[in-house]
Amino acid sequence: MKLQRMVALTKKELKKTIRQPAALFMIFLFPVVFVFAFGASFGGLGSGQPVYQIGVVNMDQITPSQSSLLFIDALKDTNILSIQTYDDNQTAQNELSQGRIQAVVIIPATFNQSLESYKTAPNDPSKWTNTSVSLYLDKGSIIATQAIPPIIQQILTAYIGQSQQVLPSPINLKTTSLEVKQTSSLDFLAPGMFTFASIFLIMIVAGSFTEDRENGMMKRIRITPTTPTDFMLSQVLSYLVIALIQAILVFIMVYVMGFRPNVEPSVYVFAFILVLIFSLSNVGFGLITATISKSSSTATGLSFIFVLPQLFLGTFVGASLSSAAQIAGKFVPSYYVTDALTSLFLRGASVTSPVVLLDFAAVSISCVAILAVGILLYGKYYKI
Amino acid sequence: MKNPAIIIENLQKKFEDVTAVDGVSLQIEDGELFGLLGPNGAGKTTIINILCGLIRPTKGSCKVGGYDVQQDIVKVKDLIGVCPQETAVYSYLKGSENVDLFGNLYSMNKQILDARRAMLFETMGLTAEANRQVGKYSGGMKRRLSLIISLIHDPRIAFLDEPTVAMDPQTRHAVWDFIKDLKKKGKTIILTTHYMEEAEELCDRVGIIDHGKLIALDSPKELISRNRVKNLEDVFIKLTGRKIREEV
Repeated sequence: MKLQRMVALTKKELKKTIRQPAALFMIFLFPVVFVFAFGASFGGLGSGQPVYQIGVVNMDQITPSQSSLLFIDALKDTNILSIQTYDDNQTAQNELSQGRIQAVVIIPATFNQSLESYKTAPNDPSKWTNTSVSLYLDKGSIIATQAIPPIIQQILTAYIGQSQQVLPSPINLKTTSLEVKQTSSLDFLAPGMFTFASIFLIMIVAGSFTEDRENGMMKRIRITPTTPTDFMLSQVLSYLVIALIQAILVFIMVYVMGFRPNVEPSVYVFAFILVLIFSLSNVGFGLITATISKSSSTATGLSFIFVLPQLFLGTFVGASLSSAAQIAGKFVPSYYVTDALTSLFLRGASVTSPVVLLDFAAVSISCVAILAVGILLYGKYYKI
Repeated sequence: MKNPAIIIENLQKKFEDVTAVDGVSLQIEDGELFGLLGPNGAGKTTIINILCGLIRPTKGSCKVGGYDVQQDIVKVKDLIGVCPQETAVYSYLKGSENVDLFGNLYSMNKQILDARRAMLFETMGLTAEANRQVGKYSGGMKRRLSLIISLIHDPRIAFLDEPTVAMDPQTRHAVWDFIKDLKKKGKTIILTTHYMEEAEELCDRVGIIDHGKLIALDSPKELISRNRVKNLEDVFIKLTGRKIREEV
């Protein structure tokens, strides 16, 4: 293994990416344009917090309940929810089916009773009166199904929690409202965006290897003293550099669009490492594609065999799919990357939490295995 | 022959049911400029590919610079430079970047690489184009660049596979002069071509290959004289009953 050869080959591959307009677009500009488009569409631009139209039906009115009214006020206090109250569920459901509102919140008749029981014995669940706040969503809106439940859940949790803290004082929801304001749809999409960008490496790797084979460059390099290890390591190194630049660009874009997770710097470092490890699987899938492709144009088409499952089952797209599709997602590495990033950025999990470590292990093992299979297959059918 | 640079013994290569090289044996002397002649598909490039270690022979053996190609390919690679038949250059790199890449693959010292690059670009008339992206080169310029790449590390043995294909007459003659100069410097050169006048002009000896077999081996003058014809083209016609470029 010679460093001089590896550096020369790595520089060559990077220049190729920078100087070929198609590769440059696919690797760098496409993710940037994509993040901008999604960010702008889903409320990450400028003042642009999205405002969700929510209908509220308060069933807790038999005995005038101050608690339910305060909860409605808490909902109103958030700048991202526009609350309209309805006298009955039927009217609210009609509005929902017409697309005039995006969700209906039903406050149950036992809301106050339940809250009172909680206040009386906050540490004794057996004495609580259990009840449910029902939430009906606009099924035609991916954003509604993705973004609204956590927002409502957060307000409800905060409301109950603050009631406990300030008893017997009046309930104050200010802090919770501010916290909720920081959550936009972009926050839910951002982890998947990091994963999404890297997936297109598959196409680039497959195209690059088949093109070098077609134009005789692979053969020409084989005639030199370059060893297969020099060659493969330099290729992997090049794509790791590209993946790192991609991740930085996507991060800058989502940051500009308003993604500000409140996490430690170590979490960002971990996230970047995770994305880099994930990119190894894309190099592996690219090599497998190059092995089965006769030409670079075929490689571009065939790469979608690996691009699409990773894209649809493992990124932000997957969250809106059926439960079966979500189970299938567990067979693609991108799922674990998105899941780990979601846990870190949105759920506030630490780097050492079991769920994140499990995802990290799944990503590492699967990605190294896929890369190894790619190298072995390519080496078997086309000598390096 | 005291110091053979290349020894080929009973070489055979089959691709499924097609025999591309059929029992070829020959020796090429150190410092010799040897021409492998024959029509397209005769087996010339297959022989070169075996000598470079790109493909394994079905039968037979070959040594390059005293090293067995099958057993000591790493040492063989250090000795040889190959200009392939196809114009294999990176179009998105500049001419000088292409050359530097291969110089680094041969682990060349930077000063030596810079000096040889400048000399070869000058000799090939490409100095003014060195910092242009190769995608903007003409076909002839790319061929010349390909030749520079194959010789950047100053190899002891050079395999030039159809080096003047697609070149205009003026450039072709410039390349001929360059090849003659290499010979003067003591390099062993194996030139494959289907241009008979090129072989007559340059080669010390030629081997004529047809359907994978070596059907004649001698100096151009001797072959012409022995067959009582005017040129190598006529030698080929006399030996095979057809013109060498009919199948091109």
